[in-house]
Amino acid sequence: MQQRKAVALISGGLDSMLAARVVQEQGVHVEGINFFTGFCVEGHTHAIRKKDKAKSKRNSALWVAEQLGIQLHIIDIIEEYKDVVINPKHGYGAHLNPCLDCKIFMVAKANEWRRDNAFDFILTGEVIGQRPMSQRKETMPVVAGESGADDLLLRPLCAKNLPPTLPEREGWIDRDALYDFSGRSRKPQMALATAFGFEDYSQPAGGCCFLTDEHYSDKLADLWRARGSREYELDDIMLLKVGRHLRPRPNFKMIIAREEGETKFLKGYRKAFTSMNPVSHSGPLVLIDGDPTEDDLKLAASLTARYSQGREAETVEVEVVRDGVSRRLVVPPMPAHKIPPEWHI
Amino acid sequence: MKKTVLNARRLLCPLPVIRVQNTVKNLGTGEILEVVCTDPGALSDIPTWCRINGHRVITSRSEHDEYIITLEVGDGAVQPAR
Repeated sequence: MQQRKAVALISGGLDSMLAARVVQEQGVHVEGINFFTGFCVEGHTHAIRKKDKAKSKRNSALWVAEQLGIQLHIIDIIEEYKDVVINPKHGYGAHLNPCLDCKIFMVAKANEWRRDNAFDFILTGEVIGQRPMSQRKETMPVVAGESGADDLLLRPLCAKNLPPTLPEREGWIDRDALYDFSGRSRKPQMALATAFGFEDYSQPAGGCCFLTDEHYSDKLADLWRARGSREYELDDIMLLKVGRHLRPRPNFKMIIAREEGETKFLKGYRKAFTSMNPVSHSGPLVLIDGDPTEDDLKLAASLTARYSQGREAETVEVEVVRDGVSRRLVVPPMPAHKIPPEWHI
Repeated sequence: MKKTVLNARRLLCPLPVIRVQNTVKNLGTGEILEVVCTDPGALSDIPTWCRINGHRVITSRSEHDEYIITLEVGDGAVQPAR
């Protein structure tokens, strides 16, 4: 009998890990696919921030693939994904998270990969009722239909709550050995993990995407407002993950490193931005995004001084580098009470 | 043996892994790839990617805040999925 082949969307979380193992148990050859959008929480902040250096740096999707003994294909979808973020047909969730459009897009990309690599079907770790926007009974057929995967999309963890898919009807998969999980409870998944002998697995608390984070979404919305267009490049969205962001005036924003790891990361961007750093006292590296006037630069220098060790001093000397030209400004640090809360993005 | 050098400096994971994956596609079995990264996460991710895709890490070292991983391209044969 021909061994069937399935491509599994592997996020690095428990559900997709279990779904892949359920199908492996039925003798199907499974390979994993993982998409990099640029908004993935995985790894980035740990890599940037020094205080997180002690934390494990492992990539969960790769780790899961190794536990399952499957190959993993990581696909860069940064460019194509922009349209999902900027123009989501089904709208946003609580923040700028286009979860349903995202799921449809990823399943469609997995289906393309399936066709190109002569695989038979796709599987995901979706569970009805698990997520308020993208994993509901009504959205399951929407994802299958709009992605073009149709009945080649198998959800092993909740398949018994859905109509039989082609792999089930054709007997490639035994429907009786699939599951009927639903709702937000994690207990059935944890029990199944125990049954499979998985003792260590990722339990993401806030999802795996920065767009579900309120503060991150606020910063992205601010970026779009300031530029007058809903566009972004990879560097833009990486910088939104780093530092303290202040917008004192509409025409410029400050990105202030909060610790050594962030300083090191921001140093890589100094040539692309006007930058500041205190020289009379130790203090943070600051990038200025926008088109500041001379008066704006004095204001930014006094804010930079505020976040330096010289915050209580009468004056702080700040180096300003603009278009490769360095000069120094001596400014009084701005008192904390004079920084309006609305400047913080 | 032919050696290719991949500059993955300033890229945060998983981008170094993606660059390795895409470079290896164009290399033959037994060829050597040296990857230079600045994200310490690459020290874990690239070896894991190699193990699950049938390639071999020869050396892995740190030098002046950079991480240099040298690998030998395998023949694509990996342990079969269960």
